[in-house]
Amino acid sequence: MNEELNTIEKTVLSDYKYGFYTDIEADEAPKGLSEDIVRFISAKKNEPEWMLEWRLRAFHHWLKMEEPKWANIKYPPINYQDIIFYSAPKQKVKPGSLDEIDPELRRTFEKLGISLDEQKRLSGVAVDAVIDSVSIGTTFKVQLAELGIIFCSISEAIQEHPDLVKKHLGSIVPHTDNYFAALNAAVFSDGSFCYIPNGVRCPMELSTYFRINAENTGQFERTLIVAEEGSYVSYLEGCTAPMRDENQLHAAVVELIAFDHAEIKYSTVQNWYPGDKEGVGGIYNFVTKRGICQGNHSKISWTQVETGSAITWKYPSVILKGDNSVGEFYSVAVTNNHQQADTGTKMHHLGKNTKSRIVSKGISAGVSNNSYRGLVHVGKKAANARNFSQCDSLLLGDKCGAHTFPYIEVKNNSSIVEHEATTSKIGEDQIFYCNQRGINTETAVALIVNGFAKEVMNQLPMEFAVEAQKLLAISLEGSVG
Amino acid sequence: MLSIKNLHAGIDEMKILKGINLAINPGEVHAIMGPNGSGKSTLASVLAGREQYEVTEGTVEFLGKNLLDLSREERAGEGLFMAFQYPVEIPGLSTTNFVKTAINEVRKYRGEEPLDAVSFLKLMKEKMALMNIDQSLLSRSLNEGFSGGEKKRNEIFQMAMLQPKLAILDETDSGLDIDAIRIVANGVNKLRSKDKAVLVVTHYQRLLDYVIPDFVHVLYNGRIVKSGNKELALELEEKGYDFIKNEVMAKQEA
Repeated sequence: MNEELNTIEKTVLSDYKYGFYTDIEADEAPKGLSEDIVRFISAKKNEPEWMLEWRLRAFHHWLKMEEPKWANIKYPPINYQDIIFYSAPKQKVKPGSLDEIDPELRRTFEKLGISLDEQKRLSGVAVDAVIDSVSIGTTFKVQLAELGIIFCSISEAIQEHPDLVKKHLGSIVPHTDNYFAALNAAVFSDGSFCYIPNGVRCPMELSTYFRINAENTGQFERTLIVAEEGSYVSYLEGCTAPMRDENQLHAAVVELIAFDHAEIKYSTVQNWYPGDKEGVGGIYNFVTKRGICQGNHSKISWTQVETGSAITWKYPSVILKGDNSVGEFYSVAVTNNHQQADTGTKMHHLGKNTKSRIVSKGISAGVSNNSYRGLVHVGKKAANARNFSQCDSLLLGDKCGAHTFPYIEVKNNSSIVEHEATTSKIGEDQIFYCNQRGINTETAVALIVNGFAKEVMNQLPMEFAVEAQKLLAISLEGSVG
Repeated sequence: MLSIKNLHAGIDEMKILKGINLAINPGEVHAIMGPNGSGKSTLASVLAGREQYEVTEGTVEFLGKNLLDLSREERAGEGLFMAFQYPVEIPGLSTTNFVKTAINEVRKYRGEEPLDAVSFLKLMKEKMALMNIDQSLLSRSLNEGFSGGEKKRNEIFQMAMLQPKLAILDETDSGLDIDAIRIVANGVNKLRSKDKAVLVVTHYQRLLDYVIPDFVHVLYNGRIVKSGNKELALELEEKGYDFIKNEVMAKQEA
C-alpha cells in the first residue's frame, strides 16, 4: 500500500512547462513602495489627475492597514520595499497596431500558445496580452467595436473612456475592502476593461493572458467588466510566470457589474509558477474578485481552475442585489508539493428569490494544504433565497491536507441553504484496477482526477476545457490518455 | 501459454500460496475451485500483480516472458486480463472513456495506432449486444451505483472489448442470479478460441455448467491437491469440500 502511494506521489511531482524567461530590456521603477512610486506609475501611464488622486487615497489607506492573518496559509513576511512595482518591456516604438508589437514579445506569447495574430486565432476568442505591468496588445478590437463593445487594456480605458471607468472602478471592491485590494488600487499597472452595451451578446470569448516576466517584480492587475441591461459576455483569464527561486507577488482585483437580465461568465485557468518540489520560489497570489448582480434577473458565474501559485488566497464572490439574480461558483483547486491554497467564495443574498450554487473540488498531493473557505450570507430582505454548496476534497497520498471552512449566515426564515461535503482518497484499488486494464499509474491518476473535477470542467468554455483538462493532468504529471 | 512453477506467495508474514504448479495451453479453459481461504483469489491477484502480495519463491512464465518481472500494465499489454471480484468505482469517469483509454494504452504498448472513433463505436455496439448492456450504463460513472450484476457484466464487457489472450475470472459468478450467469458465460464462451485461454476461479460449480472447463483443479491450503476434468467439479458440488480435506488429511497421515 505505502509503496503504491509512493508511486502516486512520484508521478505527481511534475515539471512546470511555462518556466522560461524572455530576455527583453525593461523600463522599471526603482524597488520599493512610497508615494513617489505611486506618482511614478501614474506618470508613466500619463494618467489624469483624478486617477492619481484615487491611487494616493488608496496608498495612504493601505499604510494604515495590516496584512490579513486569518487564512490557513503560512509564508514569511513579504518585504514590500524589496519588490519592483512597475516593469514594462521596452519596445522601440509604441505599437500603433498589433503588427508593430516587438517580435520577441510576440514569440513569448506564441510559446505560451497565445497568438496575437488575428488571422491565426480561432475566431471565437479575442485576447488582451499583459506582460508584467503593461498590456502589449488586444486583438479583434475593431470587430468588437462595431457592436459597441469596448475591450481594451484598463490603461487605455482610463484615457479613452474616463467616464465609465470613473463611475465603476472601485465601486465593487473599494480600496478600503482589504489590504491587498488597497495595495492594488495604489499601484495597479494594467489589466483589461470590457464594456458590453444594452442588449448585446458578445459574439466571441474575451480573454486576457497575464504573464509575469521580469525578476523581483510584482504584478498588480485590475480588471473591470460592465454588462449593461440584457447583455452577455464570457470572459477568460489565463496566467503563467517563469521559474524563479524568489517568491513573486501577484495581487489582482477584478470587478464585475451585471445590470438587469445581464449575464457575465468569468473563467480562470490559473497556472502561476507554483515553486519547486522543495517549496522554493513560486507566486504569492492574493486576489480579490467580486461581482455584483446589480439588476433583477442578472447572473454572474465564476469558474476557476487553480493549479499554480505557491500561495493562493482568493474568494471570487457575488453580491446578489437584484431580485431573482443568480450567482455561481465552480472551482477546482489543485495543490501539489508545498503549495498552499485557501480559496472559496462568498455569496451575499440581498434581493428576493436570489439563488446561488457553489461547487468546489479540492485536490491535494505532496505535502500541500488545500482549504475551502466560503460564506453564504442571506440578508433579512432576501426572501426565498436558495443556496446549494458542495465541497469535495480528493487526497493523493497521506502527507497532504484538505480543510473545509463553510460559514453560513441566514437572517430570514423563508430561505433554504444546503451544504454537502465529502473527502476521498485515490485508492490503491482504483490504481490497481486501471493498471490491470493496461493504464499506467500516471494516466490513471489523471483519469481519476479529471473524473473528480468533471462537474466544474464542464462549466468551462470549450476552447478552455481541453487545455484545462491537460493542465490538471500536467500539474499532477503526465498527459490524459 | 502460462506456466506456474512452485509458486509461493503471501501477505505480510502470512504464507498463502505454498507451491502452486499449473500449466495452461492456448485454447484451454481451466477452473480453480476450493473452499474459502484456500488461496484462490490470492493466486488471481498475484498473477495480475496486486501489490500487497509478495512472491517468495517460484516462477511464472506468460507467453515466453517472466510475468513477475512485468509491471501490472505491461501484463495487461501482453494480454492478461482479470475480471475483478469487487470492481472498483471511479466517480466522474464514464465506462466508455475508461475502456477507450484502456484499449488505446494496450495498443500503444503493442506499438499499434489508437483505435479510431468509428471502429471503437462499432466494437462497442457489438459487445454491448453480447453482454446485454445498455448505452446509458456505459455513459455513467464507472461502476458507481451499478448493481452487483451490472458490475460483473461490465467486467466481462471490458474483457470482450480488450480481447485478452488469458482471461482470469475471479469469482465472477458470486452474487449473480441465473440469468446474469448465462449472460456472463455467453460472453466468456465467445472469447474461447484456439489461441486464447481462460482461468475461472470459483467457489461453486454452477458457472461451469455454462462455461465448460477442460480442466478442474482443487486448491486447498495453498496447494493444488487434485486435478481432473468437468466431473471433478460435479463431484465437489455433490460431496462438498470436506471430502477433499479428508483426502488431504488421509494422505498426510499415510
